[in-house]
Amino acid sequence: MGNHNHNTTHNFTKQFEFSGKPKTWSLIAIVIGIASIAFGFLTNDGERTFANLLLMSYYFTCVCAAGLFFVALQYVAQAGWSTGLLRIPQAFSRVLPYAAAILVIVCACGLLTSHTIVEEGKEVVAPYLYKHWATHGLAEEGSEHYDALIAGKSGFLNVPFFLTRLVLFLGAYIFFAFLFNKFTKREDAEAGLVNYDKGIKWSAVFLIVFGFTTPIWAFDVIMSLEAHWFSTMFGWYNFAAMWVSGLCTITLTIILLKKSGYLTWINENHLHDLGKFIFAFSIFWTYVWFAQFLLIWYANIPEETVYFYKRFEPQYLPWFWLNIVVNFLAPILILMTRDAKRQTNTLMFVCIMLLCGHWLDYYMMIMPGTVNEHRTFGIIEVGIAVGYAGLFTFLMLTQLSKRSLVPANHPFLDESLHHQI
Amino acid sequence: MSNTKYILGHFEDPDDLMHGIDSLQKNNVSIYDVYTPMPIHGIEDKLGIKRSRLPIVAFCCGLLGTLTAFSLIYYTLVHDWPMIIGGKPAFAFPDFIPVCFELTVLFCSYGMGIAFFYSNHLFPGRAPRVMDLRATDDRFVLAIDAQANPYPDKIEDLLKNAGAVEIKHNERKYVSYE
Repeated sequence: MGNHNHNTTHNFTKQFEFSGKPKTWSLIAIVIGIASIAFGFLTNDGERTFANLLLMSYYFTCVCAAGLFFVALQYVAQAGWSTGLLRIPQAFSRVLPYAAAILVIVCACGLLTSHTIVEEGKEVVAPYLYKHWATHGLAEEGSEHYDALIAGKSGFLNVPFFLTRLVLFLGAYIFFAFLFNKFTKREDAEAGLVNYDKGIKWSAVFLIVFGFTTPIWAFDVIMSLEAHWFSTMFGWYNFAAMWVSGLCTITLTIILLKKSGYLTWINENHLHDLGKFIFAFSIFWTYVWFAQFLLIWYANIPEETVYFYKRFEPQYLPWFWLNIVVNFLAPILILMTRDAKRQTNTLMFVCIMLLCGHWLDYYMMIMPGTVNEHRTFGIIEVGIAVGYAGLFTFLMLTQLSKRSLVPANHPFLDESLHHQI
Repeated sequence: MSNTKYILGHFEDPDDLMHGIDSLQKNNVSIYDVYTPMPIHGIEDKLGIKRSRLPIVAFCCGLLGTLTAFSLIYYTLVHDWPMIIGGKPAFAFPDFIPVCFELTVLFCSYGMGIAFFYSNHLFPGRAPRVMDLRATDDRFVLAIDAQANPYPDKIEDLLKNAGAVEIKHNERKYVSYE
């Protein structure tokens, strides 16, 4: 049954125009980002700059991958409610090649360039990123830096295999993003159910691939920064963070587009559903975060507790608690009622807060393994984050402006227009 | 005054039912309730039905569950008989969280179920309140309080014009008591 509001008409052919203020500001943000990177390297803060580059590249790639995951999920579930907004996550998925290229470049540069650091009173030539396992001599018996634990892991954690895995996983995601875009392009041109059915089939394959590879991706890119430590929950913890931040970006984009007069067919019912997603997966994030914490706390094995020991140091402890407040307490309390999820401005506030919150979450994952106790928060952190946000906005809106804002031949479009909860 | 308590209009099509609601509301006939064999989106807004207070019940029951779990664990493990488990202090808060969470969910779900049954008079051994049995099968039934709207002919006309296939004048509120 429809909701008996058949009278409203929408202009489905109107395409998004990327010009004016959004374009200017995103370009300014990119310039700020580049200036901050230059500032970081010129002030001899290479390791900190690299850590921030890794943080934002990973965040950027994760948000794009989450867009792809969103599309695939809607196809596999044969969901009707989301059809009207499907083009936004799809635009994210078309930015994935750029994001993936940047992430691979940052990881490769971090691994292949090196600087001299002082470790336990000794001067060591270590790479800018992944010094815990990629420093020369760690896995070589007889070397003065020999580390038996790292040597045992070197079959998996070595530079060529690390980069191969990264390229392979991201390449696979890009391949699926390309496929889904091909199907929807054909669907726009020729109508019919053939392309939709293909979308369902390939989405199912993608979800399996994605489900098995994202934990390994997170183990590689983030967890191996502290290579002596390991946690099997870490992959899911990162997946939850990726999914929440992806959902927040999708919702924020939709709200901002609606405010500038696009997407008239998206109403508070669709936003309510997205709000429920954000609410639920913020709790899911806390669930996996806490599952990891509780097991380590309870077992109390030194090789595991070292992770939280570092984060309980005075430089990190306030941020550790802030992470829980921003990413769990605030969304659960603000988004609990139905009205909060249906009010555009409340939802927008929560999205921005959670995007900052998950930046902090990644910050807490990355910094203790890179800059150790010399944690700082300043121009480099803010500038690089702004730069990547600008880059994402620029690339995503460019991609969005290339296609119509609604999949007009999608079989569930009518259901989405009459979605009511 | 007649003995009719409720006038029931039977519709075979939900769109006709919606038209019936419109024309009754246009003529200032208050509608008692509508019974349908399947959910119809938007009908609550049209009838001006207030939102369910079930979420408030759920929140209160959840809170009760959390407090129950916390006080039980606190009393037994911290206050009454402190024990050292795994070298942790007696008041090992992270350990409490899973149990508190589980009892929150348990109380919340049971509380919501019981509250739903209570508000719908659906306890075992109790006759369910049904105004017309065909509303559970294939008819969309619109009920009008005949005492509050004492002009049965006008109501009958409005219902028929909207497409009602059958109109009943019930002298009892619930048929299921028979």
